[in-house]
Amino acid sequence: MGKKLLLEHDHVPGINSYSVYREKGGYASVEKALKTMTPESLVEEVKKSGLRGRGGAGFPTGLKWSFLAKPPGVERYLVCNADESEPGTFKDRYLMERIPHLLVEGMITSSFALGAKSSYIYIRGEYFYVAKILEKAIEEAYANGWLGKNILGTDFSHDCYVQIGAGAYICGEETALLESLEGKRGNPRIKPPFPAVAGLWGCPTVVNNVETIAAVVPIVNQGGEAYAQIGIGKSTGTKLISASGHINKPGVYELELGLPVEEFIYSEAYCGGIRGGRKLKAVVAGGSSVPILPAELILKTAKGEPRLMSYESLGDGGFITGTMLGSGGFIVMDDTTSIVKNLYTFSRFYHHESCGQCSPCREGTGWMEKILHKILDGHGTLADVDLLWDIQSKIEGKTICPLGEAAAWPVAAAIRHFRSEFEDYVKNPGNIQDVKHYYRLNNLQPA
Amino acid sequence: MPKVTIDGHTIEVPEGTTILNAARMIGGEIVPPAMCYYSKLKTSGGYCRTCIVEVSKGSEKDPRPMPKPVASCRTTVMDGMEVKNLTSPALLEARAGVVEFLLINHPLDCPICDQAGECHLQDLGYEHGKAKTRYEFPRRTFEKIDIGNYIKLHMTRCILCYRCVKVAEQLTDGRVHGVINRGEVSEISTYIQNAIKNDFSGNMIDVCPVGALTDKTFRFKSRVWFTKPVDAHRDCKKCSGKVRLWEKGEEVLRVTARKDTYGEVVDWICNDCRFEKKKIGDWIIEGPAKIDRHSVISANHYESLNQLKLAVARQRNKGGKKPALGEGALNPNNI
Ligand SMILES: Cc1cc2nc3c(=O)[nH]c(=O)nc-3n(C[C@H](O)[C@H](O)[C@H](O)COP(=O)(O)O)c2cc1C
Ligand code: SF4
Ligand code: FES
Repeated sequence: MGKKLLLEHDHVPGINSYSVYREKGGYASVEKALKTMTPESLVEEVKKSGLRGRGGAGFPTGLKWSFLAKPPGVERYLVCNADESEPGTFKDRYLMERIPHLLVEGMITSSFALGAKSSYIYIRGEYFYVAKILEKAIEEAYANGWLGKNILGTDFSHDCYVQIGAGAYICGEETALLESLEGKRGNPRIKPPFPAVAGLWGCPTVVNNVETIAAVVPIVNQGGEAYAQIGIGKSTGTKLISASGHINKPGVYELELGLPVEEFIYSEAYCGGIRGGRKLKAVVAGGSSVPILPAELILKTAKGEPRLMSYESLGDGGFITGTMLGSGGFIVMDDTTSIVKNLYTFSRFYHHESCGQCSPCREGTGWMEKILHKILDGHGTLADVDLLWDIQSKIEGKTICPLGEAAAWPVAAAIRHFRSEFEDYVKNPGNIQDVKHYYRLNNLQPA
Repeated sequence: MPKVTIDGHTIEVPEGTTILNAARMIGGEIVPPAMCYYSKLKTSGGYCRTCIVEVSKGSEKDPRPMPKPVASCRTTVMDGMEVKNLTSPALLEARAGVVEFLLINHPLDCPICDQAGECHLQDLGYEHGKAKTRYEFPRRTFEKIDIGNYIKLHMTRCILCYRCVKVAEQLTDGRVHGVINRGEVSEISTYIQNAIKNDFSGNMIDVCPVGALTDKTFRFKSRVWFTKPVDAHRDCKKCSGKVRLWEKGEEVLRVTARKDTYGEVVDWICNDCRFEKKKIGDWIIEGPAKIDRHSVISANHYESLNQLKLAVARQRNKGGKKPALGEGALNPNNI
């Protein structure tokens, strides 16, 4: 097993309570930061750590923090993105549910670095029970003097709030999140201005993922340089991976970045191999929006090097032969999986979740879903496959927010790597009238 | 002042000018179409994506091209920026894609739509779209609703440009008008079908680029191209009183605000002027309105209509068949 920084005490009974968390060294980062560091030196540590945003885009966190505008007399905010709605991603929930104080601690330490008097945890509506866990943790933090006025007798005061969303994927996009947090319709804002300049209530704001904020705790405790030693190249530290699909041991794993994909899928320490010893067919490595890769390309890059769990290695080959680490939603598919059906499910999701502000996404996502439905129904044509390709290319890069891309990329990748399967559906409609069509098509036994 | 080059035309513009407005300063063909931006409405633009352009050089300081097309209505000019609109085939293809998206769920009921002839979507489809649709599924529909005594909302035709929402936000108080639902089924609505009672609500009709918001006092009275636009004014306590009358014979069928080359209202007008003053005697006539926006009702429309009639007559005399509609100078969509 590799190094664990976030889930180190995951197995400790009662770690969700303040007393046990504190016993295990909890809130040390707040003490260290408030008593021995300045906000600037803390930002510097985060920069040195090489930490990159864990919400999907992988933007360097220290750099993002240094962009925060600091006009005098204007409030600044830290907002934690706990909307976690990307299909295949469930690591933030795991972390908040099991070790809620780690997030609360990270919120306080990060807010100190940013000079934020208030911070918000925006959590998706479906996680209402997790919100309760967080609220209890926050209450305990107040009771023990980690939140409120003059924390540890310093002049740093801080309040942290939990806000529940109504359950919309789009409210995970940072500006839609801010709109929703302000009590408005969750539509992404048109940028610029960026949140670092005008975010929550028009004030400079940093929006970070749950895992990013949690990772600040070990960075402060061990120092940025020590953190940067973990991982590989520019992919420093550890990453939580939500592993799901046809594997023997689905779940949330913390791994040191740089672990070979093959080891992650097949070793007993992680996914434990494919169920029933079947053959690996494809993997969606970073949440539903990143390009799907066939087995041969997920295990090895096009150059023949072993593919690693890191931003760079997964991205090797661009979108032609590579993919992205994304949010770490690792969906494994064995040889009984229908890529067309899987794509239909993804497309239906993006259609449902489009906010509807901009034309390409509002109209294009529904159109793609309808065509995929038609193909699945046995009425597709080869021209439909080309049309799908064309539609996704006309959405990508023409929208207000990246949901357009999130909807387009899976379509492009599925057609790029599995075109013959789409053609099977089109050419053999007789075979696909019932759910077992795919097994027959490939001479397989249902799992 | 930053200098920008659009399709080879260079212009110096004030700091903070958008690419779209810089293009409008240059004028002519290179101006990107804009279906949601409205210079008189704050925070408008960015939604429809028809105004996208390619930035082939970011600025003098950072000459890298921008990786994706940008919405020209919301992107400000940088010194030394180079922009491609008509000169980029890839961009035109991307825009045709946007136009197609706007049309796939549009009912294309122009023959029974009051907006026909002055509809920006018709113009857009004609100038930037493709001849045939690739969409084969049922189109989305909504029930028509009345929002007050004067305005009809026909959501089926709406392209969600958000302009009317901005009018409601910025021109009227106690706003009850906005967008409900999400995604493809979003709709413009008033709070529980509330009537909009406000002196300036009628301007929503003028800003609507399509036939989604129409004037109930004019509905189905006439095709716009059979009415004659005349500029007129009156002493009005609520607004400038400067309007455009749309006459047929001696009758005033409709009153609207005056619009500029880009189809944008010059001065907002009040509901009294718009809906209640329908007698010629209510107005001081200034003269025929000059409409320089390219559309069927612009001045040379009558000219081209006459030419078409002449062509028909000539063919008849020769015993030939009628020329197809598209063969005239007319946009067949506008008929
Ligand atoms: C449609 C959409 C949904 C998103 N959902 C999430 C989400 O659920 N959680 C998250 O942390 N980031 C999400 N993001 C990314 C955020 O916009 C933002 O980049 C992120 O919260 C930044 O945090 P980080 O720098 O710590 O990664 C989403 C982005 C888009 C475009
Ligand atoms: S890309 Fe989709 S989700 Fe994003 S703003 Fe446009 S319509 Fe809304
Ligand atoms: S006019 Fe610019 S996006 Fe609509």
